[in-house]
Amino acid sequence: MDAAQLEKDVSEIAGDWKNKEGNLIMILHRIQSKYGYVPREVSLEISKHLDIPLARIYEVITFYNYFKLEPPGKCTISVCMGTACYLKGAPTLLNELERVLGITEGQTTKDGMFRVEVVRCLGCCGLAPVLTVDGKIYQGVKKNEIGEIISKYAAEENGGNGGHKEKP
Amino acid sequence: MIKRIFIRDTNSSSADKARDFCNVLRNQLREKQMDEKVQLIRAADMGVYNQGIVMRILPDDLLYGQVEEKDIPRIVSETICGGKRLNDLMCHHAARQCRIVLRNCGVVDPESIEDYIAQDGYQALAKVLEQNDPEKVLAELKTSGLRGRGGAGYPTWLKWNLARNVKESQKYVICNGDEGDPGAYMDRSVLEGDPYSVIEGLTIAGFVTGASKGYFYIRAEYPLAIERIQKAIDQAYACGLLGENILGSTFRFDAEVRLGAGAFVCGEETALIASIEGKRGYPRPRPPYPSTQGLWGKPTVINNVETLANISPIILKSGKWFAGIGTETSKGTKVFAVTGKVKNSGLVEVPMGTSIREIVFDIGGGAGSGKKVKAVQTGGPSGGVIPEDFFNTPVGYENLQKIGSIMGSGGMIVMDESDCMVDIAKFYLRFCVDESCGKCAPCRIGGTQLLNLLEKISDGKGEEAHLAALRRISFAMQKASLCGLGQTAPNPVLSTLNYFEDEYRTHVLEKRCPARKCGRLFRYSIIQEKCKRCGLCVRNCPSDAISGNREKGYVIDEAKCSRCGLCLETCKPNAILRG
Repeated sequence: MDAAQLEKDVSEIAGDWKNKEGNLIMILHRIQSKYGYVPREVSLEISKHLDIPLARIYEVITFYNYFKLEPPGKCTISVCMGTACYLKGAPTLLNELERVLGITEGQTTKDGMFRVEVVRCLGCCGLAPVLTVDGKIYQGVKKNEIGEIISKYAAEENGGNGGHKEKP
Repeated sequence: MIKRIFIRDTNSSSADKARDFCNVLRNQLREKQMDEKVQLIRAADMGVYNQGIVMRILPDDLLYGQVEEKDIPRIVSETICGGKRLNDLMCHHAARQCRIVLRNCGVVDPESIEDYIAQDGYQALAKVLEQNDPEKVLAELKTSGLRGRGGAGYPTWLKWNLARNVKESQKYVICNGDEGDPGAYMDRSVLEGDPYSVIEGLTIAGFVTGASKGYFYIRAEYPLAIERIQKAIDQAYACGLLGENILGSTFRFDAEVRLGAGAFVCGEETALIASIEGKRGYPRPRPPYPSTQGLWGKPTVINNVETLANISPIILKSGKWFAGIGTETSKGTKVFAVTGKVKNSGLVEVPMGTSIREIVFDIGGGAGSGKKVKAVQTGGPSGGVIPEDFFNTPVGYENLQKIGSIMGSGGMIVMDESDCMVDIAKFYLRFCVDESCGKCAPCRIGGTQLLNLLEKISDGKGEEAHLAALRRISFAMQKASLCGLGQTAPNPVLSTLNYFEDEYRTHVLEKRCPARKCGRLFRYSIIQEKCKRCGLCVRNCPSDAISGNREKGYVIDEAKCSRCGLCLETCKPNAILRG
C-alpha cells in the first residue's frame, strides 16, 4: 500500500473517533470491517495517527478473539459452538468441514478460498446446529449437507460473474 | 388502520407450513384489494405451541389457532374486512407465560420510535421527569424487588442508590449487552425486538443516579442488535428523548454504542469497563466497586439488558404490581432461552417460581426425540446441571443456588440420555480455559489442570484418584480466583460430579461411556451376519480404517478409526454396531 493513500485511509477510518476516550477498540472494528483483518502497516499508521505505542495496539488485538491478524479467506465459514449447537452435532459438522476442505479450524485453504472458524455462540440456539458462510446463516445443518454448501460457494466463485462481493 | 398479522406454524414436528399459508393468505388479500392494509409477519415465537398454524391479529388482539387453508376466506372476509371475531378459531391456550420483558417483542416495530411511543413507550420516562424525584423511583424499585437479571441477582435499587450517593459531577450508566453465555440469546432478542425500552430504562437509570452519559456495550457478534440500537438512539436524539433538555426538563443524557470483540470475560463488570476504556478486558479486584469507582474512575452503574427492560413497566404499573409476581425473594419474571434436546426450542418468559418441569415439559414439550430428558443446564459456563429429579424446583435465585446451579443470564439447555455428563463438563471447561484472561493463577492453571483430568477420564485413562483431584482443584479455584469467571468456572464440573458421579465412575472404572459420546470409550464394529458386503463403508471411511473384500467380509481397525460415524450413517442394512 502506498504511504500517502494509507495515511488518508487511516485518518478516514479514525474519523470522529480520534478524539474520543477509549476509542481504540472501535477503530480496530472499523479497520477490520474495511480490510477483513488488521494489517500490520495499518496498525503502524494508527499508532502514529493516535500517538499510542504499537505494543498497546497489539496488546488489544491479541486479547480479543474477534480481531484477526491474517487476511481471511474469500469465504469464511463459521461453525457455531454454542452449547445448543454443540449438543446437536456441531462437532460433527466441523469434522466434516475439516475433512472436505483438508484444513483445520482457524486455517484458510491453500487457494485462499475458504476459511473455517469456530464461533462462540451466534445467538440463534433455536435453529441449532448453525453455521454461517460470509454471514449468511444455515440452520439445522446436517453432515451430508456440508459438501453441497461448499460446492455452491466454490461454483459461485468460479462462475466468472465477479464472484463474491467485496467485503464492505 | 393497518392490521398486522403474526403467523407461525406451532407444530414443530411437521414441516413448516407457515410459508405456504402466508402465500395463500396474501393472494386472497390481494383479490380483495386488502394487501396494502395488512402486514403479514412470520413470527419466530409466539409463546403458543402445538396449536397448528397460529395467527395473532393486531390491533384487534385476536389469537386464532389450528387455522387451516380452508379457513382463510372466512378470516379475510369476516375478521380482516369485517372486524368480526370468529369464536370457533379462537385459541385457548394455557397462559403460562407472562410477558413483561418481551411485552413489545413482535408487537412494536423495532425500527420505529413512533410505534413504540404509541404502545405507551416513554410514558415511564415522562412520569419520572415530571415527578422529578429520584428517591421516589428508588422507593418504587425497592418495593418491586427487582434484582439484576445478568445472573448475580443484586437488588437493582441498591446498585442505583450506591452510585447516586457518591458526590461526583460525572457519572456513567452502562447497559451490559455482552451476552457471552453460549446457548443464551434473550438479550439479543430484546435488543433486536424492543431496543427503545432498553434505552428508556437506561435513561431512567441515568436520571436516578445522576449520570449524564450512558453506554451500550454489545457483542460484535450481534450485528442486527447493534444496528437497531444505533438506529433507536439516533431516532431518540431526533425526537428530543436523548440529548439536552429531555422532554422539556433540565435533564441531559447522552448514549453511545460500544462494541465487544469476542471476550467472554468482558461480561464481568470490571473487565467490561476496561474494554470500554479501549483496553484489554482484564478484571480487577473489587472493592472498590464500580458504583464508586468505575469507568474512568467515576461512579458507574452497570445493568443487564433484561433488567433495564423491566424498568418502564415497574414505573408505569407500580412496584407493588411487580412484587405480586414471583416468589418471596425473586420477583417478577425471567426470560429463559430453552434450547438443546427440546421440542419447542425458543424464548419463554415465566413468572419466577415456575417449576423447571413446567418450562421443559409443558412449555418446551419435552425432549421430542423420544429419548428421556436427563437434565437441564442453567447459567452456562458458570452454572451447573440440574438432574430430572429436581425438576419440581421453582426457579428463583436462591432455589437454583441451593441445588448447585445458578439462575445465570437465562440459558436453559435440555439434555437427554444421549448426552454424556463428562463431555458436558469438558465442553464448558474448555470454554472457560479458552476465555480465561490469564491474569490470576487459580483460573489460568486450575482450569487447565481440570481440563487435563477430564480429558484423561474421557480418553479412558482416568483413575479413581482423579475424581478427588477434580473436587480439590475446583474448590481452590472457587476460593482463590480473582473474578467471577474463575470462581464459577468449576461449577459445571462440580455439579455433574455431584449428580452424576456414577457416570464418571463408569468412565474411570469400566472405561465405558454410557452415552457413547467419549470417542475413546466405544468402538464401531461390523456385524458380519447383517453385512451385505457392498463395500460402501470402505469407500466412505475418511481414515482408511476398514479393510477386507467382498469374499471374506470387512473389519474395522480400531486403532485407525477416528469415530466419525460415517460408516454407521451410510450402511444400508444397519450392519455397523456402536458399542
